[in-house]
Amino acid sequence: MNERPAALGHPYDDLEQQRDAATMGMWLFLATEVLFFGALFVGYTVYRIAYPQGFSEASRHLDATLGAVNTGLLLTSSFFMALAVWAAGRRRRRLVLLFLLLTMFLGLGFLGIKGFEWYQEFRQNLVPLPGLTFEAGGDFPQQSELFFNFYFIMTGLHAVHLLIGVLLVGFFAVLVWRRTRIGEAFIMQLELLGLYWHFVDVVWIFLFPLLYLLGGT
Amino acid sequence: MTSVTTTSQGQERHYLNAGYSIRSWLLTTDHKRIAILYLLTITFFFFVGGAMATLFRLELLTPAADLVSADTYNRLFSMHGVIMVWFFLVPAIPATLGNFLVPLMVGASDMAFPRLNLASWYIFLLGGLFTLTMMIVGGVDTGWTFYTPYSTAFSNSAVILAIVGVFIAGFSSIFTGINIIVTVHKLRAPGLTWFRLPLFIWANYATSVIMVLATPILAITLVLVAVERLLGIGIFDPALGGDPLLFQHLFWFYSHPAVYIMILPGMGVVSEMIAAFARRPVFGYKFVALSSVAIAVVGFLVWGHHMFVSGQSIYAGMVFSFLSFLVAIPSAIKVFNWTASLHGGSIALDTPMLYALGFIGLFTMGGLTGLYLASLAVDVHVHDTYFIVAHFHYIMVGGMVMAYIGGLHYWWPKFTGRLYPEWWGRISAILIFFGFNLTFFPQFILGYQGMPRRYHVYAPEFQVLNVMSTAGASILAVGYIFPIFYLLWSLRRGERAGPNPWRATGLEWQTASPPPPHNFERQPVVSGQPYDYDAVATEESLRDE
Amino acid sequence: MENIPLLPDQASTFAADVDLLFFALLGISGLITAGVVTAIVIFIVRYRRGSDAPRGAAPINTLKLEAVWIIIPFVLSMGIYVWAASLYFQMFRPPDDALEISVVGQQWMWKFQHPEGQREINELHVPVGRPVKLLLISQDVIHSFYVPAFRIKQDALPGQYTTVWFEATRPGEYHLFCAEYCGTDHAKMVGTVIALDPAGYQQWLAEQDGGPSVASAGEQLFLDLGCQSCHRPPGAAAEGQRRAPSLVGLFGTSVTLASGETVTADEGYIRRSILNPQAQIVAGFRPIMPTYEGQVSEEDLTALIGYIRSLENGNSENE
Repeated sequence: MNERPAALGHPYDDLEQQRDAATMGMWLFLATEVLFFGALFVGYTVYRIAYPQGFSEASRHLDATLGAVNTGLLLTSSFFMALAVWAAGRRRRRLVLLFLLLTMFLGLGFLGIKGFEWYQEFRQNLVPLPGLTFEAGGDFPQQSELFFNFYFIMTGLHAVHLLIGVLLVGFFAVLVWRRTRIGEAFIMQLELLGLYWHFVDVVWIFLFPLLYLLGGT
Repeated sequence: MTSVTTTSQGQERHYLNAGYSIRSWLLTTDHKRIAILYLLTITFFFFVGGAMATLFRLELLTPAADLVSADTYNRLFSMHGVIMVWFFLVPAIPATLGNFLVPLMVGASDMAFPRLNLASWYIFLLGGLFTLTMMIVGGVDTGWTFYTPYSTAFSNSAVILAIVGVFIAGFSSIFTGINIIVTVHKLRAPGLTWFRLPLFIWANYATSVIMVLATPILAITLVLVAVERLLGIGIFDPALGGDPLLFQHLFWFYSHPAVYIMILPGMGVVSEMIAAFARRPVFGYKFVALSSVAIAVVGFLVWGHHMFVSGQSIYAGMVFSFLSFLVAIPSAIKVFNWTASLHGGSIALDTPMLYALGFIGLFTMGGLTGLYLASLAVDVHVHDTYFIVAHFHYIMVGGMVMAYIGGLHYWWPKFTGRLYPEWWGRISAILIFFGFNLTFFPQFILGYQGMPRRYHVYAPEFQVLNVMSTAGASILAVGYIFPIFYLLWSLRRGERAGPNPWRATGLEWQTASPPPPHNFERQPVVSGQPYDYDAVATEESLRDE
Repeated sequence: MENIPLLPDQASTFAADVDLLFFALLGISGLITAGVVTAIVIFIVRYRRGSDAPRGAAPINTLKLEAVWIIIPFVLSMGIYVWAASLYFQMFRPPDDALEISVVGQQWMWKFQHPEGQREINELHVPVGRPVKLLLISQDVIHSFYVPAFRIKQDALPGQYTTVWFEATRPGEYHLFCAEYCGTDHAKMVGTVIALDPAGYQQWLAEQDGGPSVASAGEQLFLDLGCQSCHRPPGAAAEGQRRAPSLVGLFGTSVTLASGETVTADEGYIRRSILNPQAQIVAGFRPIMPTYEGQVSEEDLTALIGYIRSLENGNSENE
């Protein structure tokens, strides 16, 4: 009987089968994530159709420039993530480390800007929490509040996902830094992390126009 | 590969004697042990939920309030629903029988992600602990449906704890679903093509697809309910600009498919048992297999039939009604094919077969009364009455629980290596069948007479039927308690089963009972059709000569 | 029609229709169940293990048989679908001449108001032989208005009107239940619908201390809240000088909004326009109306709607 490769886990017969299974599992997990966010998108859309003026009024409070910068950051980070996977396949350890760090810093940059936006909204009394005053102004205060409820839940949930992503990328960077060699198992796991990272990116690609841009000028 | 096949005592090494420490159970990644962990957990919850049902059935003996207060009554039926749906029915077959059998039936040595599998049990347990805490602090009184704005703004009970429990348990079913799907796709034995898979696998596969795609919607919906209740920010509450019907749409988008999560695996179990005890291939195998997939797909499109009188547009009602009639067709296909499978067989009425036949009868009634509810004008009258209570108990208890207990008997020798006592098995199967019908059939009549569900006190003219129902429930309770005793007894005293006591087809019967830790000593290879009982008969007669 | 044992009273025009459909379903499902059970019993006896019946595959074309038991249930169920859907359609399309009664559900009682102003709690008097349309709303959680003898049910939602209608056919007293779970005393949110012959109903109305009719109560509110200062009736000012649209003859017509949409001026539209006036501005007017959220109760809203309904063209009372 052949020696089992170190990366091969129970209950698989060969690495390819294991890789296929892991990839499929990750896709299924991402499918559940799509539906998780999907329900929020549906809810948001229902209210947006019911309350068009209030939602566009509220949407104008958001800083579309910062949103656009953030979109750029995430897209670039996805690019570096893809490069990290590419470099790992070629066993270029230093390059992998570099690209992972770039991905992580762009992700952190996104979170920083997002946090700054939230702080701005807090300063402008746009946070609909008990104990805080909510003053969106305009003709439709209740509808604006509904908009901000969805805004904070959706961007908050997205930020949590991104934060998990940043932590994982950081963890992988530490692994690369401490190891001398890139193994099969690592490449497979990095590919899965890449899928997750791109997914979080894609969610933002939907969030950005829906929340920031559909308000009109 | 491990080459150890015997323990130090010289017994055959199997998954049960592979380790006796608590650690060897709590840290196991063996799908068979995880199935046992699930089995113990859901049995516990089944009896907790059952105890609540017993209490409120006793309360309903008389029209007046005499045993418990209105608040207690509301909490009892709400917790009965929450516990039975999410902590018994949803995980029952996929996480116990499914967990145990899917790898065995596809000829794999374990689930695709063994650690995820163990994690799913711990997550389930954590959700269960939240639910128990919820019970201890006074329970929840929203009904299992958590309708807003009652749940977010009006209820004074432990709604948040209940929601957290269900939310967490949801992830365990997502993980089980992912595991089953990937196992079926990637770990099938050589030669085991899709149309050679046992129907149990088809059913669990379809179930898993629903679990993976529907559960996240429930999760986020419950998060929104919790956010609205905790922070008072508007999502569904009309007083805050929200729309309570949006909640109902999101809730039923999960909870209707969840009905199929509960019943589809039961259909899979019944297909196996019918074939084994009629000793015939399942008639119309492909139709039965694909009808599971059809139910899973169309099941996603019928949620609005829970809302015919909710104030949704009547045109939406008409579309949902139409789709609901369509989803009945694949169920009908299954019933007719099971019946036809008996033709030309060699039928033995062992306990699992009694459950299987009981399932067909009760599921037929449950399914057909579903058509009454899909019929718009009739639903207006019977919606939210005891008619619907009877209907879904025919599906859930008459269907799913019958299949589950039947399956437990059928695969008990595989789980434990011992046979259960046949006569006791038959007696409790018959008790459960009659107790069930006496409990729930009167409720159809009650419902058509107009008794609304979730009523603590009721008009005196409804009493006779309620007394019948409570009497039936006490028989049902006895029927459920019997197996606990004789199955435990059989662990030590039961007759040794051998690998294949039913002379059944299927890979799970080709390994020892109980199976070795990695299931098969040698990788099985499949070369023939499923349920080839004719071939088994030929082989046996050749051997006899 | 006489009462059938085990069925609730048949006391509305829908009752017999719904029961007929129910019996059709009962017939079909009874036949199917009997067929399946008979086949199972016959097979069990004939093919019991050890019997000498011939074994082996029956000479059947599987595909044809599958087609038969797919097509027949499909056709049957489509027939039932069309039947049930058309009856449902009727149940939710009230006739124009229906007597309109407003219903407010709250934990845990039903409040009714007749057009002439008579109010009732947990008791509803209705005339026999005349369509009655109910305008339902809830003050708190979701309730459901259910009269088994009439075979009607409709949820009462907070913040949104729903309607249902019936025509009682037999004088008598019938159960009224709340069918949507609504909290502690859900089971006590019950009442009685009392169907009277038309003369009896008129007499009952006359005996009640009705106070002002819904429309005139609404008119008083309309004045008290200052609505007339903008929504002046016609003749008071030329069209172009109006600050707000005229309400005369508005009810039931379609209105073009500033956003370009068209909506029907029904109860829900008027309610929204009072509580959330900026949401649906009529084309040609500025969004200057303040909200009356919190200042008017559900009963007040019903009265205002009743008043606006009563303002028919050529019949403007406030000239």
